[in-house]
Amino acid sequence: MMRIFVPRDALAVSLGADDVAAALRAACPDAAIVRNSSRGMAWLEPLVEVETPYGRIGYGPIDASDIPSLLASGFVDGGAHPKRIGRPEDHPFLARQTRITFARAGLTDPVSLADYRAHGGLAGLTRALGLSPADLIDEVVKSGLRGRGGAGFPTGIKWRTVQQAPSAQKYIVCNADEGDSGTFADRMVMEGDPFLLIEGMIIAGLTVGATRGYVYLRSEYPHAITAMNQAIDVALREGVLGDSVLSSSHAFHLEVRVGAGAYVCGEETSLLDSLEGKRGQVRAKPPLPALSGLFGKPTVVNNVLSLAAIPDIFAGGAAAYQALGMGRSRGTMPIQLAGNIKHGGLFEVPFGITLGELVMEIGGGTASGRPVRAVQVGGPLGAYFPPALFDTAFDYEAFAARDGLIGHGGIVVFDDTVDMARMARFAMEFCAIESCGKCTPCRIGSTRGVEVIDKIIAGDSKQLALLEDLCDTMKFGSLCALGGFTPYPVLSAIRHFPEDFSRHQPALAA
Amino acid sequence: MEYAFLSPIEIAARTAEIIAPYLALEGPAMPMLHAVQAAFGFVPEASVPVVANALNLSRAEVHGLVSFYHDFRHEPAGRTVLKLCRAEACQACGSDRIAAHASAALGIGWHETTPDGAVTLEPVFCLGLCAAGPCGMVNERTVARINIARLDAILEAAR
Ligand SMILES: Cc1cc2nc3c(=O)[nH]c(=O)nc-3n(C[C@H](O)[C@H](O)[C@H](O)COP(=O)(O)O)c2cc1C
Ligand code: SF4
Ligand code: FES
Repeated sequence: MMRIFVPRDALAVSLGADDVAAALRAACPDAAIVRNSSRGMAWLEPLVEVETPYGRIGYGPIDASDIPSLLASGFVDGGAHPKRIGRPEDHPFLARQTRITFARAGLTDPVSLADYRAHGGLAGLTRALGLSPADLIDEVVKSGLRGRGGAGFPTGIKWRTVQQAPSAQKYIVCNADEGDSGTFADRMVMEGDPFLLIEGMIIAGLTVGATRGYVYLRSEYPHAITAMNQAIDVALREGVLGDSVLSSSHAFHLEVRVGAGAYVCGEETSLLDSLEGKRGQVRAKPPLPALSGLFGKPTVVNNVLSLAAIPDIFAGGAAAYQALGMGRSRGTMPIQLAGNIKHGGLFEVPFGITLGELVMEIGGGTASGRPVRAVQVGGPLGAYFPPALFDTAFDYEAFAARDGLIGHGGIVVFDDTVDMARMARFAMEFCAIESCGKCTPCRIGSTRGVEVIDKIIAGDSKQLALLEDLCDTMKFGSLCALGGFTPYPVLSAIRHFPEDFSRHQPALAA
Repeated sequence: MEYAFLSPIEIAARTAEIIAPYLALEGPAMPMLHAVQAAFGFVPEASVPVVANALNLSRAEVHGLVSFYHDFRHEPAGRTVLKLCRAEACQACGSDRIAAHASAALGIGWHETTPDGAVTLEPVFCLGLCAAGPCGMVNERTVARINIARLDAILEAAR
């Protein structure tokens, strides 16, 4: 039977993919319409693909109103059409990538376990089931994997701490709160390849001796919640999850828990409090969650991408993963190109590519066609970079050396119409809205920050010194990175775009 | 939403039914509050003591939860909840203009509901659709690449 693919990814659906699928179903009653995952080329969504003897041929972006012209041009045989892009895998945006975590992106039906297996799924878990706890840890340590949630902490070290903590009950918690603007890789894993995350969490459980896991998933991701729950049901039915994982003596149970719109609940201790049913306030460390986490039990908290890297590390071996990357940043990073960018989407490559290559060559500059003026890397707590720093390599240490951070790998592009004083104000405002309220420098400082920037915008540039003082207080007096890192976007905006903080002249007295 | 026809006593009774399936969970508070809001459209005052009792918390503690999390509402929302993304990637694509247009067309600001109860306007900070901004949500449906024409169509349908 002829197969036509229409992504079920939230971005494709938000651009009309469900209508396209319905129109195709009506127009091609003999074809199977498969709701696949997204390839990650946002500007081509909804990207419709049709299976032909020469491979899949893509057409995008497709609106339901394009269907008659598609049919007229013989697209079911891969016929010519202005929106034909050829074989997606030959597209330069995809051909330049090294896809490990996103190897199956676009290829499979996300909730088909048969598809998952046919494309290499469960090979990592199968191998892991034959390894001793010591060998399991060894493999993760050797891979060089560092946490993809932002802090870049070595995953193997964290797991070893939990493994060695004596306790009858331990937990694996997946941080799927993905609150950073400009990031969507976690969402795409959960919507597009949920079994990958499930497999990674089971391996984590095997390694540290945990039999229960939770995915703390933000409420802003309804499609991901649906896909994860569907996949968990299938995995339970097929014996991947449950009392006997793949017929072994190991049990693993997994549940999705939905957040409630608090950015700070992405911070791991606040997340744990929220899971326990409390206000999501940040806990002082120590104790580390690894030793006293969920309900006081030893707990692994990892980002979606960290856990999703695990199955391939076991399937392909730590050495192969470790061979990619630069310096102390090993493996690949699913980078997210967002904002005012011509070719936005998901770009997975080994660490080391430069910011300029990402924004200008791969991203093609702005969508508006105007010059790029600033990019924010690493979410709302990340610094703004001007094009003069586009030689910075995508690597934890290289960004830190330039007072920035790669965070969760989001890059947000702005054109020359951006007012950086307003972006600095927004950083403070966001901190004020999302502060958990525990420490004064964050809670009060951010509100003061908004007021001070308002004065600067009104023309009082003498307030700049006060703003820098305030940033200092927040940096050193905050318990977590929400208050502690909000100064990064603010100070980088002042440093790289000083003209935006003095151009607002006071109105002349009449 | 069922609340409109219910007395406080009925709401309390319904709440007890709604939260019952969650009692056996580890950490049931958030799933319970989500379920209550899904049923009523907000967390009614009459539900609070029922939830508090089930969780062995004080009413003040349950109020504390409801007020901490942006998702939970103390009062009913409009028939259409329009959430517009205010985060950086959408700002880079002109979301401020979209928000200003919505606010002017509806005559309300953030967190407000039109007097006829048709629309509530709320901010949201990122929907993970940041490569196709500006983005938003119309009740449960996500929308991307919002422009003035698309927004007007959304507002028209919501009236
Ligand atoms: C305010 C704040 C928000 C955070 N949000 C997230 C998030 O959404 N997702 C995430 O994985 N980590 C987030 N983190 C980092 C977590 O605290 C933690 O470092 C991470 O979940 C550990 O997992 P990893 O080692 O796999 O990166 C946040 C931290 C802070 C301070
Ligand atoms: S810095 Fe802000 S968010 Fe972090 S613990 Fe302190 S008050 Fe809470
Ligand atoms: S910033 Fe608006 S969807 Fe991410």
